[in-house]
Amino acid sequence: MTSLPITLTINGHRHELEVDPRVTLLDLLRERLDLTGTKKGCDRGQCGACTVLVDGKRINSCLALAVSHDGAQVLTIEGVAHGEELHPVQAAFIAHDGFQCGFCTPGQIMSTLGLIAEGQAGDDPERIREGLSGNICRCAAYGGIVEAVLEAQQQLAKADRRTAA
Amino acid sequence: MRDFSYLRAASVDAARQAAALPGAMLLAGGTTLIDLAKCGVAEPETLVDITHLKGLNGIEVSERSAIIGALAKMGHVADHADIKSRFPAVSEALWQAASAQIRNMATIGGNLMQRTRCPYFRDPANFPACNKREPGSGCSAIGGVTKGHAVLGTSDACIAMYPGDLAVALVAFDAVVHLGQSQVPVDDFFLLPGTTPDREHAIEPGEMITAIEIPGSASARRSTYLKIRDRQSYEFAAASAAVGIEFEADGRTIRDLRVALGGVATKPWRARAVEDALKGKVLEPDAVRAASLLAVEGATDHGANHYKIELAPRVVARAILKMGETA
Repeated sequence: MTSLPITLTINGHRHELEVDPRVTLLDLLRERLDLTGTKKGCDRGQCGACTVLVDGKRINSCLALAVSHDGAQVLTIEGVAHGEELHPVQAAFIAHDGFQCGFCTPGQIMSTLGLIAEGQAGDDPERIREGLSGNICRCAAYGGIVEAVLEAQQQLAKADRRTAA
Repeated sequence: MRDFSYLRAASVDAARQAAALPGAMLLAGGTTLIDLAKCGVAEPETLVDITHLKGLNGIEVSERSAIIGALAKMGHVADHADIKSRFPAVSEALWQAASAQIRNMATIGGNLMQRTRCPYFRDPANFPACNKREPGSGCSAIGGVTKGHAVLGTSDACIAMYPGDLAVALVAFDAVVHLGQSQVPVDDFFLLPGTTPDREHAIEPGEMITAIEIPGSASARRSTYLKIRDRQSYEFAAASAAVGIEFEADGRTIRDLRVALGGVATKPWRARAVEDALKGKVLEPDAVRAASLLAVEGATDHGANHYKIELAPRVVARAILKMGETA
C-alpha cells in the first residue's frame, strides 16, 4: 500500500509522517511514536481507553484514521503535565484513588479534560457519570473518579478566578 | 483491515463521482465504518474522505425549519441552543446516543448511514449466514439469541433492529434528507428489509447526503425523546419514543401529536395509529395508555425480544403524559 504524507502536531511537537491509510491514530501514537500512554482496550470505540484530544475535543483514537486527521492538533496523556508538575486532573485522580489497575486511567483523564472543557457537567455527580460513560473502568473505581473530577473542576475554577483577578 | 486506497475529496461533486465507483465508500466520522472494517463486515476498495470538505457542517435554524449540514458533529447539534429550544426531541435523542467521544467524531449524515448492531451481522467469521451481508445466505438471528432484535417491520429474511436515536426523532417531525439537488423524506430514506435486507437506505452509488432539513412546528417545539435501556448511559435502546404534542387553546385537547419508536423496529418507526387515535381528544392518562398499545400493532417476536412488545407502548405513554404535564 502506498504511504501517504501527513502532518500532525502531537503534544506541541510537529511530526511529518508517512502513513498507511489503514493506520489508526491510536496505532500511530503507540507503534510509531512510542507514545504508549494512550491505551488500546477494545479497539472498537466501546471502552474509551484510547481517548485523546483532537483539536481540543475528546475522541476515540482507535476509530480515527490517522490519514484523515492530517493537520490536527493532538493532545495525549504524555502532554498533560507541565514538566514534573502534574495537571490538577492528574493530581486529583491520585488524591481520590480514581483508579486501581490504572489501565483505563489515561483515557479517563483525557476524557475528563474534554468534559471540563465542554462545561456540561458542573458539580453534579450524575452529570459527570453521564459525561464519562464512554470510559469503562473494569476495576469499577467510579466512585473515586467522580470525586476526582469534582475536585479537579474546583481547582481549575479557582485557578481561573486567580488568573482573572 | 483489508487494504484500500484513500482519496481526499476536494468538492462534493468530486466526492460523488469517486463514491460512484465500484467498491468505494464515503468516510466521514468513521465511527461505524472503521469499526465495521475491523470486524470484516465493511471491505471498501477505496475510501473517499469527505471530512475536509468546507461548508457542510453548518446549522441554520429559522421559524420555518432547521437545516443541518451532513458533516455537523452529533455533539455540536445536540448542544445547539436553537435545536434545544425548537427541536428538543432531536437534541435529547443525540445527547442520549453513544458516548461523548463518539458524538465528537460522528457526523449527522454518517449517523443516518449507521448499520445495525445485530451481533450476527457483525460477526462474519462465526456466522456466515446473514442476508444483510450476503443476500440469500440466510439469517442467523432467526432461531438465535434475539433479545436485541426487532419486533416491527421484520421479514423472513431479516429481523435486525435499527439502532439509532436521531432518526427516530427526525421521522416523527417529517424531516427530509437532502441528497444534493434531490430530497427524500426520512421515512422513505430508511427501507424495510423485505426480501432485500442488504439495501437499507434509499441512496444510490454516487449520491451523498448533504444536509437534513426538519420543518419547524409547534409539536416539534414541545417534544421529548425518552430512551429506556439496559444500562443508564452509552447503550442502545431497549425501546425509545420521540413524542411531540400541540394543544388547542384550551391547553387540554390534542391538536397535533407525533409519535415515533426506536429500539423495536427494523427502521425508525412512525406510529401514526397512536397519533390518529389521540388527535382531537382531551389528554387523559387512560386514553393515552390505551392508544399507546396501537404503537405495536402487527408486532411479532422471536422469543427473547418479546419484552419489547410490552415495553414500547409504556414508553410511548410515559413520553406523551410527560409532554402533557408541561401544559
